[in-house]
Amino acid sequence: MNFNELSMLRPDLAFIAHWVKPGTSVLDLGCGDGAMMDHLQSDKGCCGYGIAIDDDKIPECVARGVSVIQRDLEAGLAIFADEAFDTVLCLSALQMMKNVEGVLRDIARVGREAIVSFPNFAYWPHRIALLRGHMPVSKSLPYDWYDTPNLRCATINDFAALANEVGLDVVECMALHDGQPVSFLPNFRGNLAVFRLRKKPAV
Amino acid sequence: MTSLGIVSPQSMFFSEPLKLQSGAEITDYTLVYETYGQLNADRSNAVLVCHALNASHHVAGRYSEDAATTGWWDNMVGPGKPLDTNRFFVIGVNNLGSCFGSTGPMHDNPATGKPYGADFPVVTVEDWVRSQARLADALGIQQFAAVMGGSLGGMQALMWSILFPERLHHSIVIASTPKLTAQNIAFDDVARQAILTDPDFHGGDYYAHGVVPKNGLRVARMIGHITYLSDDDMAVKFGRDLRSGSYQFGFGIDFEIESYLRYQGDKFSQYFDANTYLLITKVLDYFDPAREFGGDLTATLKNTRAKFLVVSFSTDWRFAPERSHEIVQALVNNQRKVTYAEIEAPHGHDAFLLDDPRYMNVLRAYFNQVWQEVDSGVNGNSVNGAAALGAAA
Repeated sequence: MNFNELSMLRPDLAFIAHWVKPGTSVLDLGCGDGAMMDHLQSDKGCCGYGIAIDDDKIPECVARGVSVIQRDLEAGLAIFADEAFDTVLCLSALQMMKNVEGVLRDIARVGREAIVSFPNFAYWPHRIALLRGHMPVSKSLPYDWYDTPNLRCATINDFAALANEVGLDVVECMALHDGQPVSFLPNFRGNLAVFRLRKKPAV
Repeated sequence: MTSLGIVSPQSMFFSEPLKLQSGAEITDYTLVYETYGQLNADRSNAVLVCHALNASHHVAGRYSEDAATTGWWDNMVGPGKPLDTNRFFVIGVNNLGSCFGSTGPMHDNPATGKPYGADFPVVTVEDWVRSQARLADALGIQQFAAVMGGSLGGMQALMWSILFPERLHHSIVIASTPKLTAQNIAFDDVARQAILTDPDFHGGDYYAHGVVPKNGLRVARMIGHITYLSDDDMAVKFGRDLRSGSYQFGFGIDFEIESYLRYQGDKFSQYFDANTYLLITKVLDYFDPAREFGGDLTATLKNTRAKFLVVSFSTDWRFAPERSHEIVQALVNNQRKVTYAEIEAPHGHDAFLLDDPRYMNVLRAYFNQVWQEVDSGVNGNSVNGAAALGAAA
């Protein structure tokens, strides 16, 4: 899948793809229909695997030529060796985990670098919804509170502390709005938080 | 309705002796096989389908209008099916030692002029794969687009990737395992003991006595059948349902599950050969390609070149998903291209033969990819055809 196709389909993924170096190995946790891996393989010469849990996603990934492994991320990434990948992607998936810290530790273990994105709970329409006394429902958080796969709500300001805790340095932190970077008041105006993380050097 | 229509088996005689893993040798042998679809001009669209314990070369289609003659994987293989015979040239081959036509215990031992019986050499998955490779040579197929199989068939697909890494582009390993567990072997041995202790077994020479160890074979099949179904599936299908509505206070058939198992056992004992059953359970037990590598499956799969599809079923406790995870892990360690699907299915080990749409969709998507490679010629056929042919007399 070329860059323009990915930009049309998923502008957020297209932005993040810039951060993945050509020819590197990638593990995409919660890879969905495999669009990102497809792009990274065909346009950037990357190799690796997608991990998906939904039955429907497996044939979609296969159809894109993506090697997909059907596993629950929380069952552990035990099949992957330490530092098996140059980059581990976990894009709009971490907020669905019960054990966020455990998954993040595993990400730090199997990858040298990681790119993590999640819906920013501090996005201003979300704040307004709360001020009005309601849980936010928006494009980035499209579900009702009682029926959402998004178990965790985090803000850009909160995430860095946890990343640090599990042994990851924040290399870059961006807020995106509809796939475009937001530089002014990012934790207010961005609906997607994107972190580029690198394993802390061993002491 | 089966879409391949009427098919018929073929056979090929191999006069060159086959050296077996055990050190023994089969002086000559016949393999019975079926093919569906057309081999394309560059011979790049062949798919080998390997069978499991009680199946045969008769993968798809029918021998007559009678639906009972339908092949064992007819839902998978045929025109428009996941393994589409409009695209692929599909081969089903009956393995050595089987009782469906290829040389086995029921056939005469050339050395004695009498049936081999229990003297038929114990073969292994490796031996089978080597014999299949000779058939491929004879058919002029240097490289398979894919080798696939479920259960024991999956072991053959995996062994192909180890023994002949250059000869297949894809290895499709379904409901299988890199080796049997102690529990698996235990079940197999109970099955063997049932046959070996049947008074009609006569040390495997029952053909000469005009009998078959029917009771032993029946019990063996009953044991096997229990391991193919899941606890849940049995509970749903049979529960504690009683045949006649009340307890009989005897040792006849009370429960529906008893009736079902006995029926399966009876049916099986009428068409399957006891010596073959003994032999094939040993084939299962001995399968452990990592044994030569000190148990290191990653090292075992290091020289593989194929891309892999591994599929398991959530309620399969015979070859549980964890066994497939071992295969996937070893492949990932070697950075092989591998797709793994774990199908949430209630039907236990038998699920690999059934029509679960999630399972079928994965296979269909996968074979579409295989076909795109064949169609675009990326597979090429780097090995020229001259090395083929020769084994067939």
